[in-house]
Amino acid sequence: MNEGSETAAGHDEGASVENSRLRDFAHVFFRNRMASIGLCILAALLVIAISAPAIAPYEYDEQDLLATLEWPSAKHVFGTDEFGRDVFSRVIYATRISVTVGIVSVSIGMFFGGMLGAVSGFYGGIVDELVMRVVDVLLAIPSILFAIAIAASLGPGLFNMMLAVGVSSIPYYARILRGSVLSIREQEFIEASRAIGSSSVRILLRHVIPNCLAPIIVQGTLGVADGILYAAALSFIGLGIQPPTPEWGGMLSGGRTYIRDYSYMTLFPGLAIVITILALNFVGDALRDALDPKLRD
Amino acid sequence: MLIPVLVGVAFVIFLLLYLTPGDPARIILGTQATPETVRALRTEMGLDDPFVAQFGRYLYNVFLRGDLGRTYVTRAPVTREIMAAFPQTLKLAFWSILLLTVVGVPVGIISAIKQYSLLDNTVMLLAMIATAMPVFWLGLLLILFFSVHLGWFPSSGFDTPMSMVLPCVAVAMPSMAVVVRMTRSSMLEVIKQDYIKMARAKGQKESVIIRRHALLNALIPIITIIGLQFGVALGGAVLTESVFSIHGVGRLMVDGIKMRDYPLVQGGVMYTAFAFSVVNLFVDILYAYADPRIKAQYRRAGRRKMVTIRK
Repeated sequence: MNEGSETAAGHDEGASVENSRLRDFAHVFFRNRMASIGLCILAALLVIAISAPAIAPYEYDEQDLLATLEWPSAKHVFGTDEFGRDVFSRVIYATRISVTVGIVSVSIGMFFGGMLGAVSGFYGGIVDELVMRVVDVLLAIPSILFAIAIAASLGPGLFNMMLAVGVSSIPYYARILRGSVLSIREQEFIEASRAIGSSSVRILLRHVIPNCLAPIIVQGTLGVADGILYAAALSFIGLGIQPPTPEWGGMLSGGRTYIRDYSYMTLFPGLAIVITILALNFVGDALRDALDPKLRD
Repeated sequence: MLIPVLVGVAFVIFLLLYLTPGDPARIILGTQATPETVRALRTEMGLDDPFVAQFGRYLYNVFLRGDLGRTYVTRAPVTREIMAAFPQTLKLAFWSILLLTVVGVPVGIISAIKQYSLLDNTVMLLAMIATAMPVFWLGLLLILFFSVHLGWFPSSGFDTPMSMVLPCVAVAMPSMAVVVRMTRSSMLEVIKQDYIKMARAKGQKESVIIRRHALLNALIPIITIIGLQFGVALGGAVLTESVFSIHGVGRLMVDGIKMRDYPLVQGGVMYTAFAFSVVNLFVDILYAYADPRIKAQYRRAGRRKMVTIRK
């Protein structure tokens, strides 16, 4: 029996089954040490993003023209940039942008892509044919370039960047959710629901979509990582966050000019990206292992 | 399937250009231009025509005349600008794909054979880190280490074999990690099969088992993922070119972004999408060579399996 129908059955069997399933999930998830580490890092990042003003020793746009381009020291742990701004404080503040972009862009992609995929898979026929052809076209554009194209049209700025990254991920979510819906659609409990007279909208929202959540959650976690990488790339080529607002990719772009003599300026923002993405990937991989019973040995 | 997809891509690009805020005629002429000259240029460019007419003309120009319009800044034909730069981008993407295939697939195979060994664990950790790095940052790090500190490779250009090493490694790395992981998991799945036990039982040499029995049967997902990585490599090339001062489409697009020269940016996207579509077509053809039972494979693909796609 696959995982999807178990969840639906659990609805009637009561809380104890749900509980043991949660324990089972937690057991597999936390058996993976990397997942726990990743989760801790993500929690820390969230705290840093929320309390950035308290953690950062300086304002992100505070210039000290007497202390430009200083190598890391006790006063400026990550050094200062060409305007004498504290790189550490800027890396801390940039966490806010990345966390926001990651979450919002994935929400956009997941909501619209998921809806498209679900409707397409559930109703089939001409709707499915149409949606899937559009998805084929969008998948033919390498996704980072699609994001660049959208961002170029919308212009720079935080919201436009999130929109660009989110929209560029829609076809991926649509395809994944459609695949799951197709396999759920034919199962007995859907037929049962139809037999007792549920409307198709109700079946879709109450039975089909909840049973397709596992793959979309995994893809979403990995999608946050992609979103953050894309945001960094867009800012790096001048399409995302505009200075002086700090963003990791934008900071890399600014530090690039000074790479020969002041390499710390490109080192630290990049490290921040790598650590964040690693943590997200650890959690995403562990989620997949824990949510997909087929992969368990 | 190729032609409808290309028309679709052209439509998406046209839509993005159409929806870009700001009047193209105003951007071209600058803020000092009189309303009359702006209006004249609008008429000349056909900007006052209905949407469908504009799109029809755009399609006609793109597909039948290979004309993507003119850039806003220099008024040079976009196609000419892109064609001058595109070979560099293609070259970078092509060598990167070659590099990641030649290195990634064998490493993945070895990792699968020696599952959970120190080597396997190290490779998996490195692959994890490689997927977490932005390509352009990796490019900067490579320049810092191999060109500034060690002085082994030049930090810019893309003409000599030596200058091609760093950009190719930078672009190939994240994709290589994906290919290694896919090769490993695909091989692991095959190695568990009974016919591998059978081959061992009849006393077949281990090297032949891996090559003939395991790898050939594990090939389809590997080909798929390498094909998909071509898109990633093209995107990576676009992002990395400016780091290594390579005069490719990426450089052109970055300049276009700075000057708000949208036809140049969208033209670059369109050309890379076209290249990617053609590669996808070749990948489809390759399937048939790799596996004569490809139709059976398609039929089986209907069963539910959790897939996560990495872009």
